[in-house]
Amino acid sequence: MSAQRRHSYAGRTALSGIGATEFSKKSGRSELRLAVEAVAAALDDAGIDAGDVDGLVTFSADTNPEIEIARSLGLGELTFFSRIHYGGGAACATVQQAAMAVASGVAEVVVCYRAFNERSGNRFGAGVQGLPPLPNAESAQFAWYAPYGLLTPASWVAMFAQRYMHLTGTTSEDFGRVAVADRRHASTNPAAWFYGKPITLQDHQASRFIVEPLRLLDCCQETDGGQALVVTSLERARDLRHPPAVIRAAAQGSGADQHMMTSYYRDDLTELPEMSVVARQLWETSGIGPDDVQCAVLYDHFTPFVLYQLEELGFCARGEARDFVRDGAIEIGGRLPLNPHGGQLGEGYLHGMNGIAEAVRQVRGSAVNQIPALEHVVVTAGTGVPTSGLVLGTDR
Amino acid sequence: MSSRAERTSGRNPAASAVGGGQDLQDLLSSFQGRSSGEPSPAADPVNQAMIRHFVEAMGDENPVYLDEEAARACGLPGVIAPPAMLQAWIMRGYRASLELERARAAGESAGSPTDELMALLDEAGFTSVVATNCEQDYLRPLFLGDHLSVRSSIESVSGLKQTALGAGHFLTTRMDFTDARGEAVATMHFRILKFRPRQSPRSAVGAMRPRPAITEDSAFFFEGTREGRLLVQSCGSCGKLRHPPAPACPECRSLDWDAVEVSPRGRVLSFVVVHHPQVPAFDYPLVVALVELHEGLRIVADMAGVEPADVAIGMEVEAGFEMIDQEIALPRFRPVGR
Repeated sequence: MSAQRRHSYAGRTALSGIGATEFSKKSGRSELRLAVEAVAAALDDAGIDAGDVDGLVTFSADTNPEIEIARSLGLGELTFFSRIHYGGGAACATVQQAAMAVASGVAEVVVCYRAFNERSGNRFGAGVQGLPPLPNAESAQFAWYAPYGLLTPASWVAMFAQRYMHLTGTTSEDFGRVAVADRRHASTNPAAWFYGKPITLQDHQASRFIVEPLRLLDCCQETDGGQALVVTSLERARDLRHPPAVIRAAAQGSGADQHMMTSYYRDDLTELPEMSVVARQLWETSGIGPDDVQCAVLYDHFTPFVLYQLEELGFCARGEARDFVRDGAIEIGGRLPLNPHGGQLGEGYLHGMNGIAEAVRQVRGSAVNQIPALEHVVVTAGTGVPTSGLVLGTDR
Repeated sequence: MSSRAERTSGRNPAASAVGGGQDLQDLLSSFQGRSSGEPSPAADPVNQAMIRHFVEAMGDENPVYLDEEAARACGLPGVIAPPAMLQAWIMRGYRASLELERARAAGESAGSPTDELMALLDEAGFTSVVATNCEQDYLRPLFLGDHLSVRSSIESVSGLKQTALGAGHFLTTRMDFTDARGEAVATMHFRILKFRPRQSPRSAVGAMRPRPAITEDSAFFFEGTREGRLLVQSCGSCGKLRHPPAPACPECRSLDWDAVEVSPRGRVLSFVVVHHPQVPAFDYPLVVALVELHEGLRIVADMAGVEPADVAIGMEVEAGFEMIDQEIALPRFRPVGR
């Protein structure tokens, strides 16, 4: 509750490069190689020499050590390296870490990266069934769920979704509208796994249950790939290859009585207080509000939490996201186009990092599904976990 | 399990409703010290024929049990009974056992307190029995013609114990043997384990469930479930209950806490029906519920005894406790009354 009114790095730092591998179901390459390819691509995109990189940030869930990437690409000396915990909740926070390092003078060029063989290797969708029961708190938190068969992210989210439906009157079709919008956007994005493959609401309703009330088409993909992002000062970014995507705000958030995907002990299960903590900081720091945003890249590992986020970010009132998504607001051309790249349901699941890259493209004006006259885009990271968010804007 | 009574317990009013594990234990404990009443006489006096059968079956060639002269040569007044044969003199025999079973089935007398206790444990699912210890103290030799009587009493009934055979209770019975003059001749302590036979690994609650990771902060919970009790933390300073466990009280930051038993009953706050992916330990579709206990705490566990389509938010449920392997027992909810 003691967050600063305005973060000092905001408006002084920028995303100046993005790079990714292809998004596939079987990369055929090591995770480290995916990370190296993505970092190299992001530096090329920015037009920055590898030798200029002095900072690296990734997820604590990532298997690719900073020093391995530095060694592979000949990055030389590093003065800053940091990792963020809590799975996909780390995504936007890697950018915040980088921006803080740049703004404070600790580093000048920081690359954020995430790479994995999440489909062909260790599948997150399989859950924690193979997790060894180690006698520590990190492991013991699953003791209250896994032995009872509540093993997967889908099952943890479904417990929220059931209660949300019960209290708000939201239906499975309302969740389906998120999937339909994502897949429609992905269908015109050549980088998306589901390029050329839109779905209908009927397809969603006909898809099998994974964990009731969640259907297959409520669940994001599992993906092999890597994504990297380059953060520099805004001043430096202005001299680089592309228009800067200015970091107007970046924030992390953990709510009261926070658990990892299983915050079942708060008053009710219809809110994501951690995202509220993020939203408050984003709006305070950027000085804008929901009405000033032309596009939202919201973390969509499972459709229900997209509705929660629309409410937490203030795009609609509590319990009214179902109405918000019913009138086409989240389609391109609507009030708040959602995930123009197709999101993690449509493009690929890169733990939220591909969404940040899409936000950068939207700010540059180079996205395949470009939102016209865009000034600000909001991006969020993993939901149901301690999370993070960004407001990116044009350099005007 | 759903017909358990509830009782009021001690220090924490919020944790007053106590589950059935404790009720059964109380009932079992009430048998301690109960006796069969007046000594009952053996069917036959100590006699040579039965001794002969015993020593031949045992392969015991000591002549003092059969040969008068050999006995005298050892300084004995005559043939004695093998001491270890003590219990054989008072066994009620096959016909009496059948009659007891018939009487029990007809709802007539359950027999001695020991018989009553055995019947009670059978009903509670502890249907198997194994003898574990027998200690005998001999006060004098038994001679041909001695006519014994025995008085038995229940010395102790243990709490629920986990054993390699399964969960069960140890019962220790004391038998006091007297002669025709009412003088003590021997005592015996006999201990059995009445246990719930272990289920096969591929049963509904199989051996392959993911094991909970247990720390010093949470071990009490699993000690409780092993005894069929749902334990939660109660702050040692402000008394606030909490679950899942944590080292300190979020209200007052006290590190002191007690484990207190709460009622395993509550209402379904939310639930899911798991279809995929499927793990061999579970039967699918699998219902897992988030239950708000009557004390206000919430706990997650899977549900049995209900079709997925019949589960509803608000449904009254009650947890029983089931072993998932040789060490871990977990709560499992059922609709109340089923």
